[in-house]
Amino acid sequence: MALVEIRDVYKSFRREAQSVDVYTGLSIDFQEGSFTALMGPSGSGKSTLLNLVAGLDKPTSGSVKVGGAEVSAMSTAQLAAWRARTIGFVFQSYNLLPVLTAQQNVELPLLLTNLGKKDRAERVAIALGVVGLADRMDHFPRQLSGGQEQRVSIARAIVADPQLILLDEPTGQLDARSSEEVLTLLQRLNAEFNKTIIVVTHDAKAAERAKVTLHLEKGVLVERQAALEGAST
Amino acid sequence: MKYFPLVLSNLKRHKLRTILTIMSVALALFLFASLRTVVTQLEISSQLGAANRMIVQNATAFIFPLPQSYSARLAAVPHVTGVTWANWFGGKYGDGKKFFGPFAVDPASYLDMYKNDFIVPEDQKAAFLRERTAVIVGQGLLKAFGWKIGDNITLQGTIFPGDWTFTIRGTYTLKDPAYGDEQFLFHYDYLYEREKDRGVSPGWFILRIDDPAQSGTVAKTIDDQFRNSPAPTKTGTEQSFSAGFMTMFGNIQLLMGTIGMAVVFAILLIAANAMLMNQRERTSEVAVLKTVGFTDRTIFLLVIVEAAVIAISGAVIGLGLAIILPRATNFNAFGFLPDFHVTNGTAMVGAGIALLLSVASGFAPAYQAAKMPVVQALRRVE
Repeated sequence: MALVEIRDVYKSFRREAQSVDVYTGLSIDFQEGSFTALMGPSGSGKSTLLNLVAGLDKPTSGSVKVGGAEVSAMSTAQLAAWRARTIGFVFQSYNLLPVLTAQQNVELPLLLTNLGKKDRAERVAIALGVVGLADRMDHFPRQLSGGQEQRVSIARAIVADPQLILLDEPTGQLDARSSEEVLTLLQRLNAEFNKTIIVVTHDAKAAERAKVTLHLEKGVLVERQAALEGAST
Repeated sequence: MKYFPLVLSNLKRHKLRTILTIMSVALALFLFASLRTVVTQLEISSQLGAANRMIVQNATAFIFPLPQSYSARLAAVPHVTGVTWANWFGGKYGDGKKFFGPFAVDPASYLDMYKNDFIVPEDQKAAFLRERTAVIVGQGLLKAFGWKIGDNITLQGTIFPGDWTFTIRGTYTLKDPAYGDEQFLFHYDYLYEREKDRGVSPGWFILRIDDPAQSGTVAKTIDDQFRNSPAPTKTGTEQSFSAGFMTMFGNIQLLMGTIGMAVVFAILLIAANAMLMNQRERTSEVAVLKTVGFTDRTIFLLVIVEAAVIAISGAVIGLGLAIILPRATNFNAFGFLPDFHVTNGTAMVGAGIALLLSVASGFAPAYQAAKMPVVQALRRVE
């Protein structure tokens, strides 16, 4: 069953006086429980695809559905609430708030829920436990290594228990060992917690961990490598 | 409430900047409250006086005296039920840094004229009336110099040079603090007898009338009576005398009010600039919060609350100091503003300005953050 359905999507940007087409009728599905790597050269539209799925950007035309909900038709306020429930987003440069501890950073999505302080604290502890940083709760980002920071940002992405986790170059700034740790964690989230994962990456090793690898070039899906099962065009 | 740790953490990001912004708001509100208090105290002072009391002064200028002989003629004017007089002495005590008001007064009639305003215990009043060098001193002055009843006090005369020794025989309390608790009232006769060669005479007369509605008629009668004399008079109600005295300062209300508002406006710009700088530095973080699911409205409120914490902290410090400092230092503007204190009204206006400041300084950065397109901000992040 497809969790994400992208149908006949057109997307263009205006760059000064010119219109730049990113997609001209892209259609793609991401199955529930899949782990997909999106690869392609810079400017091929990988990150734009994540933004469309997360509702951070809107297609020029076409349909983007996640869990049956038409993302492109939602208002800004509806999108924010929906995103808080449905999407976990991980950035290349971690983007933890430097003034907050690991625990406070992970708690951010839960502030948008009706959970009490105690329940929030329990969930944060679980999320940090999953990423192996239960003992770093009170550390500020500057006190953590790059790999640890990224794991905290993954904890932030999963703490509200979203169906879908989107990652934009999550290992782009990590050394080999930290990359391995993060990728192993992602595999675990997919296998043990049945999270649907879409990861944008330039790293072939990262793509190897995915069940499916999609190659985009100039906004067109040019290749699909299915290790097991997952995505279909 | 659950967002408050986030607001506090953001305020702690640049501690020095936050402290300086809070202090600038505090300074603005301190100055505003103090300057406004000067204005309100001047207004109170200009309205000081009982409706049934009138002042007769020299028509040429307040500093010129009037003949003692006027006393009996004033007493004979219809509706006048009491007459007393006073003279500005102009002495100083010790190093002279502390300014206060020594007046030579006709003791019995003066205390009778102000019996409802200056409260003097009967035994002290009797002791004061008995002794020519006796003096009655306000509680504020006793406290300021550490004097006590029975002390001999020597003033250095400025208008009437030389050492003048008095014995404190009483003290007064006030029903209306605007009259000031730092007056020094001694016997006119003491001054007159020692300086009779200089032709000492009353500086002004104070009248009690039986009907305040007749004050215009009384004033005209008196001024007409002395119009062609060597010392023509200018008569008016005590309130108009106070108001006239205050006009000697010029339009100080307008000046103070303008400076006060200019200071507040300048600080508003500083606070707004600091908030804008904070937000500009946090573009990426706002984008992250939006990605996590924070709505535009929540982001807007977070920034406004941050501005409000700065403005309210500044207000508490600034208004608090404006309230506490004059009390702690017994400030009275050299005796010209005897009851100098920040009124509830001024404190309320100050609090209102703080709220306005928080909204005004926070609105632009809050709106900017709320309306920031998240993809555009994320591009800056990545």
